Amino acid sequence: MNAAINLRRIGLPRLIVHLSVLLICILWLIPTIGILVTSLREPGQIASSGWWTAFTGAAETSAARLGEPSTARQDGPNFVISGSVFDGSQEGAKKGAVRAFGTKVAAPTEFTAGNPADIGDGETLTVNEDGSYVYSKNAPFSDKRGKRVYLSIAQPASFTLDNYRTVLTSQGIGQAFVNSLTVAIPATIIPILISAFAAYALSWMHFPGRAIIIAVVVGLIVVPLQMSLIPLLKMYNEIGAFFGIASRSYVGIWLAHAAFGMPLAIYLLRNYIAGLPKEVIESARVDGASDFEIFVRIVLPLSFPALASFSIFQFLWTWNDLLVAMVFLGTGKDQLVLTGALNALLGSMGGKWEILTASAFITIIVPIIVFFALQRYLVRGLLAGSVKGG
Amino acid sequence: MASQIISAFGAVITGVFACAIYYWLSDKLLQIILPVRSGDVRRISANLKTQAAIRPWLFLGPALLLMIVYLVYPVIATFILSFYDRSGGNFVGLANYKWAATDAQFRQSIFNNILWLAVVPAACTFFGLVIAVLTDRIWWGNIAKSLIFMPMAISFVGASVIWKFIYEYRGADGTQIGLLNAIVQFFGGDPQVWIAMPIWNNFFLMVILIWIQTGFAMVILSAALRGIPEETIEAAVIDGANGWQIFWKIMVPQIWGTIAVVWTTITILVLKVFDIVLTMTNGQWNTMVLANLMFDWMFRGGGDSGRSAIIALIIMAAVTPIMIWNIRQASEDRGGH
Repeated sequence: MNAAINLRRIGLPRLIVHLSVLLICILWLIPTIGILVTSLREPGQIASSGWWTAFTGAAETSAARLGEPSTARQDGPNFVISGSVFDGSQEGAKKGAVRAFGTKVAAPTEFTAGNPADIGDGETLTVNEDGSYVYSKNAPFSDKRGKRVYLSIAQPASFTLDNYRTVLTSQGIGQAFVNSLTVAIPATIIPILISAFAAYALSWMHFPGRAIIIAVVVGLIVVPLQMSLIPLLKMYNEIGAFFGIASRSYVGIWLAHAAFGMPLAIYLLRNYIAGLPKEVIESARVDGASDFEIFVRIVLPLSFPALASFSIFQFLWTWNDLLVAMVFLGTGKDQLVLTGALNALLGSMGGKWEILTASAFITIIVPIIVFFALQRYLVRGLLAGSVKGG
Repeated sequence: MASQIISAFGAVITGVFACAIYYWLSDKLLQIILPVRSGDVRRISANLKTQAAIRPWLFLGPALLLMIVYLVYPVIATFILSFYDRSGGNFVGLANYKWAATDAQFRQSIFNNILWLAVVPAACTFFGLVIAVLTDRIWWGNIAKSLIFMPMAISFVGASVIWKFIYEYRGADGTQIGLLNAIVQFFGGDPQVWIAMPIWNNFFLMVILIWIQTGFAMVILSAALRGIPEETIEAAVIDGANGWQIFWKIMVPQIWGTIAVVWTTITILVLKVFDIVLTMTNGQWNTMVLANLMFDWMFRGGGDSGRSAIIALIIMAAVTPIMIWNIRQASEDRGGH
């Protein structure tokens, strides 16, 4: 029995605990659900109603012109125009149940459908749900053209994958996705082997200076990336100029990511490898196995959990990185990784949420899948990295 | 596109293969140059000794090389560059330091960074601790933890889009499609342009990082809470302590070490915060922070390496106490054989 369960026996009423955790979960999920739902809606609906109305159907605003005054007929003291608002709707406007209407563009929901509305000048307008209207005035109509009205028309809930099709093909997100994979996969795998060998040397081999190297590695874990950028950018440019090659390349960013992840990788793996049972390694030594053989045949297979933890970290970090990619890979259209492409779209597609939300979702879906599939290893790595004094 | 993926996989295979070849070949070479399988006994023991002295450096070599080129050398070079002009060619003494002391935008960034440092680590640790305690008591706690932990997998840029949509503003009379403004309007308030309200907009940006990092704090603190020996709590129960007292007086003091680790980890992250500010405001409306200002000066008008170096140094200086503390901690409980 652990401390937490113990506290339960004496603690707060459990219902409150359940409800508050539920509330926190909802709070934490809503932002992500918001963009997922929005990315599946039609652009017109996204702009005219909140995403939380998507399931109940949205209200879309459209404009329509009522019949011309020449069609008015006299009814007692009043002059009346009637018909259907959909006859005079703007082109391409959707039909549906009219929920509300108004005479000003700023207030399309001023009056509820079905109720007669007093719109001033002795005029009364009733628009029914089916679109039929009665427009009357206590004097002859003086305008030349039909009156403009604004309608709030209910649209059934509808979802579409068009936004995804658009961003993948015409907004460069498809290319960026491939670029992200090209950066992240080698940048994850290359440092593993290098750091594992180093971690083995730092835990099972004796040599002068070992303690200092370990201390330096621990220190380097927290060195801000910002310290490295300027000299490295200069160095890359010089190397590029010297050999006459592009200074920004995939090889360059792979090595940069590998190096930036190296201190944490060595630290995590060393913690794990140093904790392997001494007897196993000693007995292999007695049997005449060299360090190289011990490492490949015994240490590497036994360290799988630690290797998995680190690869998840490194993959999430390289996939989600923006700064390193912007500096070492560039910001040209075909060099952008997903985070860079999304950042560029934020600048150029300001209010076009159908583009932004779909792109954002494509950007976050891969790490989220990795996260849920391999959460166990991620948590283990976090604990090894932080609780033990790192 | 297909060819690009193939070349990426080619790179992986070549890279891994090259690494493997390096380690294997260097080991073989060592065996050939210093044979230990046959020959004079004294010779063998001398060779074994030399091998044992060289081999660690063969294993460490690539890792050390990468860290020296990409981390150690740049730290020194950045320090030196802070005394040089924008091109890095001419020595200017303390001119950059003088600039930093008087520049308004620099001061703004320092102020904002302090604001971030004061709020984000505290908020993440607090929420993380509360959620850890709550979720440890219910049967579906692990599912809840997963969901709260999930934003950690989302990139800062992705999270910025998610939250920018929540803060979206559509004119005073338009239909508000941003959740925050819709809620404000629902309760009768006026919609606001949240990310353009000086001072407060900093907090709206901080919410994003808190949303991402609380899960991290929760996971670590939850593990620490489970490690508390139950006798201490049972003793408190017998003494008649209530749940609140047990939490603050028995549980929290026993996990101070972990709280400190969580706090410092998030502090380092906050010092480096870049993506969120870049994508949300790009430093407009007084939201500039050091990492963004540094990036800005790296490329502004062709780049000014002196000024951007001095900004990087400030970030480094802020991290240094934590770095020293970490090194001390690590050398105290160093295992190894």
